Amino acid sequence: MAYSFPEEVLEYVFAFLSSDKDRNAVSLVCKSWYEIERWCRRRIFIGNCYAVSPQIVIRRFPKVRAVKIKGKPHFADFNLVPEGWGAYLYPWISAMARSYPWLEEIKLKRMVVTDESLELISKSFKNFKVLVLSSCEGFTTDGLASIAANCRNLRELDLRESEVEDLSGHWLSHFPDNFTSLVSLNMSCLGSEVSFSALERLVSRCPNLKTLRLNRAVPVEKLPSLLRRAPQLVEFGTGAYSAEIQTDIFSNLVEAFSGCKHLKSLSGFWDVVPAYLPAMYNVCSRITSLNLSYATVQSPDLVELISQCPNLKCLWVLDYIEDAGLKALSSYCKDLQELRVFPSDPYGAEPNVSLTEQGLVTVSAGCPKLQSVLYFCRQMSNAALIAIARNRPNFIRFRLCIIEPQAPDYLTLEPLDTGFGAIVENCKELRRLSLSGLLTDRVFEYIGTHAKKLEMLSIAFAGDSDLGLHHVLSGCESLRKLEIRDCPFGHKALLANAAKLETMRSLWMSSCSVSYGACKLLGQKMPRLNVEVIDERGSPNSRPETCPVEKLYVYRTVAGPRVDKPDFVWTMDEDAALRLS
Amino acid sequence: MEPTLGLLGGIGGGGGGGCGAAGGKALSCDQTGLNAPKSEKDYMCISKEAELELGLGLSLRSGGGGGGCVEVKGKGSAWGEYGRILTAKDFPNGFSAGTGRAAAGTKRAAADSVGSAECGSPSTAVSQVVGWPPIRAYRMNTLVNQAKTSNADEDEGVGRNEKKENSKKKINHGSDKNDTIVKERDHLGFVKVNMDGLPIGRKVDLKAHPSYETLAQTLEEMFFKHPSVTIRGGKEQSTQPFKLLDGSSEFVLTYEDKEGDWMLVGDVPWGMFLSTVKRLRIMKTSEANGLAPKFQERNEKQRARAI
Repeated sequence: MAYSFPEEVLEYVFAFLSSDKDRNAVSLVCKSWYEIERWCRRRIFIGNCYAVSPQIVIRRFPKVRAVKIKGKPHFADFNLVPEGWGAYLYPWISAMARSYPWLEEIKLKRMVVTDESLELISKSFKNFKVLVLSSCEGFTTDGLASIAANCRNLRELDLRESEVEDLSGHWLSHFPDNFTSLVSLNMSCLGSEVSFSALERLVSRCPNLKTLRLNRAVPVEKLPSLLRRAPQLVEFGTGAYSAEIQTDIFSNLVEAFSGCKHLKSLSGFWDVVPAYLPAMYNVCSRITSLNLSYATVQSPDLVELISQCPNLKCLWVLDYIEDAGLKALSSYCKDLQELRVFPSDPYGAEPNVSLTEQGLVTVSAGCPKLQSVLYFCRQMSNAALIAIARNRPNFIRFRLCIIEPQAPDYLTLEPLDTGFGAIVENCKELRRLSLSGLLTDRVFEYIGTHAKKLEMLSIAFAGDSDLGLHHVLSGCESLRKLEIRDCPFGHKALLANAAKLETMRSLWMSSCSVSYGACKLLGQKMPRLNVEVIDERGSPNSRPETCPVEKLYVYRTVAGPRVDKPDFVWTMDEDAALRLS
Repeated sequence: MEPTLGLLGGIGGGGGGGCGAAGGKALSCDQTGLNAPKSEKDYMCISKEAELELGLGLSLRSGGGGGGCVEVKGKGSAWGEYGRILTAKDFPNGFSAGTGRAAAGTKRAAADSVGSAECGSPSTAVSQVVGWPPIRAYRMNTLVNQAKTSNADEDEGVGRNEKKENSKKKINHGSDKNDTIVKERDHLGFVKVNMDGLPIGRKVDLKAHPSYETLAQTLEEMFFKHPSVTIRGGKEQSTQPFKLLDGSSEFVLTYEDKEGDWMLVGDVPWGMFLSTVKRLRIMKTSEANGLAPKFQERNEKQRARAI
């Protein structure tokens, strides 16, 4: 076009667009904008690795520098996805190794990563900088050794909560002596002891190190040495925070912590001995994030620590904090935005701590900025939920887990429909919701009516009939991810709202009652969805069509059916009826 | 919102029309209009008998119904042989917390749910439901490992300055530098279990078991009680109870320890087993000969007894 901007100008303008949504919108304006945009897109987010193939991504975006890929469905965290299901990284790496030689960042979640992949990464990308493996598995410390040895410009190595086969701690010693670029290291999920002197030297020679999360094997008396070498640290995770109490260890710790004027985030604290907690008091006034979710410390000690942290924004803690501790939290920490309370004894028949719905009510009342909650407890009432909803209409994430499935309102013995209804009605910006307790179809009616911004919904042991599912699928306009387990939902709502599924990233249903016949029908009618049946009992063709499938995973895709399925996954499509097994 | 793809034919309608809202406000539904009587329980506004055949364009009931999958009438969902979730409707007179446990027990691990999954024993523990409460295995294992650690420390620390969590500590001025490096902990309470002849392994949470007996029972249920489990090679498993621990069955339970050796399960105290086991394997008894001296000894004892 004679009158349009030159490409270079447009490219320059587009460079200011960081959100994928904006870039996607821009690419739809006209063909030339599509072309310009695709050549200058540098960051890619793939929310479901099977929604698209590496080849399609590379063909459209030839100059990518950073990829983020998610693999297994969320319920894989709770062992609901059988082993060997998929989400393999290797095909991505081998394709990107050829096409993205300048790739700098790889961030993965719930993918299967092998040592081979790690080695390929370390050798293929000369300017590789960032590797984040969140809840991944399939690799050993040998793979880490390749990364350490070959990635000369590595800045971030973050293994958060990955399942690593820990052959030895020797991998850390593979960082070359002239390697100084490290900014962030999170090895908290590893078991083996690394060479402490190698760790000390690494920390010493990396002046930009901001994040250091140690693993449990690093004892508390070694912490001062590390902290002294990295006073610029912003985020620090201890190892096992226990030792025989000795005055010199304690005073060393105090001194070392005092030297860290920039610390904002603390974590670790396995095996914590409360007497060592005061060593951190000097830094507490600056702390904004505290992860005490492995600290088996009683409420009074927790409160003493928390009372020193007036700027706390994010707290993860065990239910040892109890209602009393949460009350203290709500009075000391007025800036609190995120709270997660994990159960210390989830399988115990009786409560071991005095943590009830009251704690959450108090925090919701006292912390005006609270917007994100994950709360495990053993009793809940509609009255409490209604109070919480009224106190805190600014929730964006509300995940409540009442430990006993289908537990009713403990005061009235009614379902918790009205309580959760109040949450969705009052919290108009709610994006993520996890339900628990006794719930009927009514709660889904409330959700479908009010939760217009809801993007992710997790349902377990709830509902009476397909009407419930229908409310959700037809009402929740922003829904992207829906995961359901152990609910009496069949095929009717699913088939009636089949088109909705194309507007979502994925749907998971396990231990529900969707029949094989319905799955086949859905697959046949919706070619742009992969309708996958997961069933470890053998081919669904060996059972009547009315038989419910064990697990169903439906997701939109432009890549067609998976080619790497294990033998307990079947894709429903036009050919499904013809296949023998 | 697109109502339907015409999948549901004439009667069923897409979203069930405006009826069926259980006692509450009626759904305002812009779905394919239908004039049908309102019914509280049946949002499709059709009699129960017809609902499964309604307008899907195909009959979901296969001729004769065959095998084990039979529809359960009355609750409007094809649970078939898999039992069903109890809901408030099952307890018209109210609900006590205790009954909730029974409901939890009704739904065992999805892969395990077969046939007799009716209302189970009353106080079924939460731990029998796979993946509930929804806590990452990583977190669970860490917590359990810590419980073990603190128990061990309490045992060791008798007579010296303790680490009681509730009281202030006495500061130890001693000069002995204890080697307090925490030994490598096996983070994973979940270990893989493979069975000879089955290509797909499972995982079992050892930390959820207090003894060999419960572990063996769980494994037996996992691997042997599926009527449709077939071993590659065509043989069907019989459904007689297998005893994995006493050497009387066709299979025996073995484990790989930290040194890489394969040992028979059951020889060492449970706690010691937990700290050395890396993974499990259900091995054919014929292949397990020579695995550990005790095994042969046991075999010989049994033969001697039989004679």
